[in-house]
Amino acid sequence: MSYLHHKLLHLHQRKRRNLINTTPHPRRHHHTAHIQDAPVKGAMKATAMTSENQSRHSQSDLPYVLILKPPPSFLLFGDHFLDSSKFQYLKAYESPLPLPQFLQEHAQSVQAIFSSGLAPVTAETIRLLPRLGLVVTTSQGLNHIDLTECRRRGIAVAGAGTILSADCADSAVGFLIDVLRKISAANRYVKQGLWSSQGAYPLGYKLGGKRVGIVGLGSIGTEVAKRLDAFGCSISYNSRSKKPLVPYTFYPNVVELAANCDALIICCALTDETHHLINKEVLSALGKDGVIINIARGPIVDEKELVRCLVKGEIRGAGLDVFEHEPDVPVELFALDNVVMSPHCAVLTTESFEDLGKLMVGNIEAFFSNEPLLTPVSLDG
Amino acid sequence: MDSIGVLMACPMNSYLEQQLDKRFKLFRFWTVPDKSLFLASNKDSIQAVVGNASAGADAELVEALPKLEIVASFSVGLDKIDLAKCKEKGIRVTNTPDVLTEDVADLAIGLMLAVLRKLCESDRYVRSGKWKKGDYVLTTKFTGKEVGIIGLGRIGMAIAKRAEAFSCPISYYSRTKKPEINYKYYPSVVELAAHCDILVVACPLTKETHHIVNRDVINALGPKGVLINIGRGPHVDEPELVSALVEHRLGGAGLDVFENEPYVPEELFGLDNVVLLPHVGSGTVETREAMADLVIGNLEAHFQKKPLLTPVV
Repeated sequence: MSYLHHKLLHLHQRKRRNLINTTPHPRRHHHTAHIQDAPVKGAMKATAMTSENQSRHSQSDLPYVLILKPPPSFLLFGDHFLDSSKFQYLKAYESPLPLPQFLQEHAQSVQAIFSSGLAPVTAETIRLLPRLGLVVTTSQGLNHIDLTECRRRGIAVAGAGTILSADCADSAVGFLIDVLRKISAANRYVKQGLWSSQGAYPLGYKLGGKRVGIVGLGSIGTEVAKRLDAFGCSISYNSRSKKPLVPYTFYPNVVELAANCDALIICCALTDETHHLINKEVLSALGKDGVIINIARGPIVDEKELVRCLVKGEIRGAGLDVFEHEPDVPVELFALDNVVMSPHCAVLTTESFEDLGKLMVGNIEAFFSNEPLLTPVSLDG
Repeated sequence: MDSIGVLMACPMNSYLEQQLDKRFKLFRFWTVPDKSLFLASNKDSIQAVVGNASAGADAELVEALPKLEIVASFSVGLDKIDLAKCKEKGIRVTNTPDVLTEDVADLAIGLMLAVLRKLCESDRYVRSGKWKKGDYVLTTKFTGKEVGIIGLGRIGMAIAKRAEAFSCPISYYSRTKKPEINYKYYPSVVELAAHCDILVVACPLTKETHHIVNRDVINALGPKGVLINIGRGPHVDEPELVSALVEHRLGGAGLDVFENEPYVPEELFGLDNVVLLPHVGSGTVETREAMADLVIGNLEAHFQKKPLLTPVV
């Protein structure tokens, strides 16, 4: 079970202090979703339940959407957070029956499954549901769904699209400014009363004009580039393939990218190829004035080597949302002021939960209306 | 030029101090045990004052230095200099505009991200070792938030440009509406505050802008609003701000400046929706060096009877 599930089980019991509750903006993306390995789970702001809606919900002619395990959004915002007037939920977890039996009993009713990522959609499950036509997930990653079986059966899959890219990019930029300008460290200094007793805080480093190297110029990498461009940074990147229409400099490998930038920002998916992509050679090329920001996946970076470089001062600093063995974080980092860390929460904003929920409901409603899915996932190859 | 006396108002930068020492006869005001005695004894030797955001040249100091020709500030803000008095006496004044614009704007955005996304608190949480089966609150998205800017000068415009890259709609208050600017204008700070999610102070400190962020403005910004101050402490009614934050009537704040630096209200220390910085707006190695070079450049230009680089008066 993901750390997120554990975390959110506790979360729903606590008072939430959200800074700002804006009206959610529905985001509709009519393009193939990027398959990225982010542990994103969505949730939704409660829609007002009128008595009219209520009675429509109990109508048995509404199509069923199966939910295998309660999604984080239900834990955070209640069971009606993802309600729609166009379909109803069938909650497998509320039944005392073992899952295969439950599925057999409802085999003729289930046309769609909603998975938050916490419950795998296996081939066995799919085979027990002859009328299944759609699997929709709020998770960025898709490895919990048997895509091969979906392809074989002609079942459509809809994902999170690029809705979470802005939050990820915001985190990356926030980290970079924090590391260079020592925001978290200086905030600690002031809150310990040291400004009045020990005087001025050491100078930071200017962000403007810095060369930023983006590893993986997908949706998130592009959003990062767009933001840092406005700060006067010069952007370069490495990606599996050169992107012909972007104005940024392409480097064919990460070592060359690192050698030519002051800050390396990891925005790529974790695959067999990208495991420990950021290794000793890359960190050495990045050099002692270099900063590394990781908002992607811990295992993309050789963590032992990164820690060694940071402790020895062989790179300038790091901003890390992810680690190789979450929630364990190398304790050597706790003593370093040039490191800023967060507990894998680059996408955990109230607004993203709301947007993801709206997207997910929108995908299901489109499916039942025979309209194109908002964020279909390509199952080709 | 090493016979020219330069009075440095307070410690501000060792590179600057070094350069001033090399080129001029440097008097370090903060090392003097009796300031009035010092001024009385040395008044005829001092032709220049170098000040900054903490200390400059008020009327009293200007009066005490009959040979004063130029005040060069290691800052862009001029609130510590009695400009009227300098003008009256024909004393030149210079500051350090443009070289620090980007750093200050970068910090403003950094503070917005730190407050909304709880960067400092997240970091503290991980460092505490509590990230085991623990939990963490959801934070607030920054992209798309309405940013309201008080003062659309160089720094205000630079903040707007950066915020726009995050798809933030921009609105502003200024003494006069700027017809060539496409951002939404509000004729009062209260109205601006009522219509934005994040309010940032980016105007100069003058008599008119003292406490420009007062109780009414804070109320208008409200329990979901965030205040960012990268201007001057006295722009904000600090006791009002503190009580609003403590009582959750204001959603959060990112503050680089305070009314009585380096003293910061301790009631703010325990608030996780508040980020406090020790006046580091222009505090980078690169920018402080550029500022120092500008101060030296202005002084040399003046004493070599060449045009000043960045004159104010």
